[in-house]
Amino acid sequence: MTINYRGIHDMGGLPAGKVEAAEHDYALWEKRVDALMVLLSKKGHLTVDELRRNIETLGAEAYDKMSYYERWIYAITQTLIQRGIITIDELGTGIEKAQSHGKR
Amino acid sequence: MANADRADPGFVPGDAVAVRTIYPLGHVRTPYYIRGKRGVIERLCGVYGNPEELAYARPGLPKQPLYRVRFLQREVWPEYRGGADDTVDIEIFQHWLETDR
Repeated sequence: MTINYRGIHDMGGLPAGKVEAAEHDYALWEKRVDALMVLLSKKGHLTVDELRRNIETLGAEAYDKMSYYERWIYAITQTLIQRGIITIDELGTGIEKAQSHGKR
Repeated sequence: MANADRADPGFVPGDAVAVRTIYPLGHVRTPYYIRGKRGVIERLCGVYGNPEELAYARPGLPKQPLYRVRFLQREVWPEYRGGADDTVDIEIFQHWLETDR
């Protein structure tokens, strides 16, 4: 059996509906994700190539449903875990802390 | 002299090339739809770390020449109904290109 692997992101030429070009204001968390990416990249903790690879390995459903910056923060955290900079437990604890902060 | 860290450019503008017809699982920068298509080298863009290596936190060596390759739209899309001379330019790394004989 031959499998011609085609990633979910590699959609050139496939039907995908109309492109909606719409500007929107960025939420604070989105700006923070952008800043985090620039800082980590400048400090040599990740490359844009690693981020792309991690985004491309999202499942098809997650890839379609997640917003642009949701995909980026996913890719940033996965890269930091892969490089041993943070642990999964630290990530989980951080998310828990942020969520309880949001509820107050 | 050959440099292990940097592949020498093997094509010049005007060379006829074909994109390799391979479908590896993993991070690549060559769009699916252009594989196996035939085009012409338009220019050398530079020599850069190989993103297929950088994506896995490796050094990206040897660096690979990156070309802008020009394709006829009707070569890329069999049902293309636009002008016969319409083209599309795609940037492709050297290790994805073969001489089109």
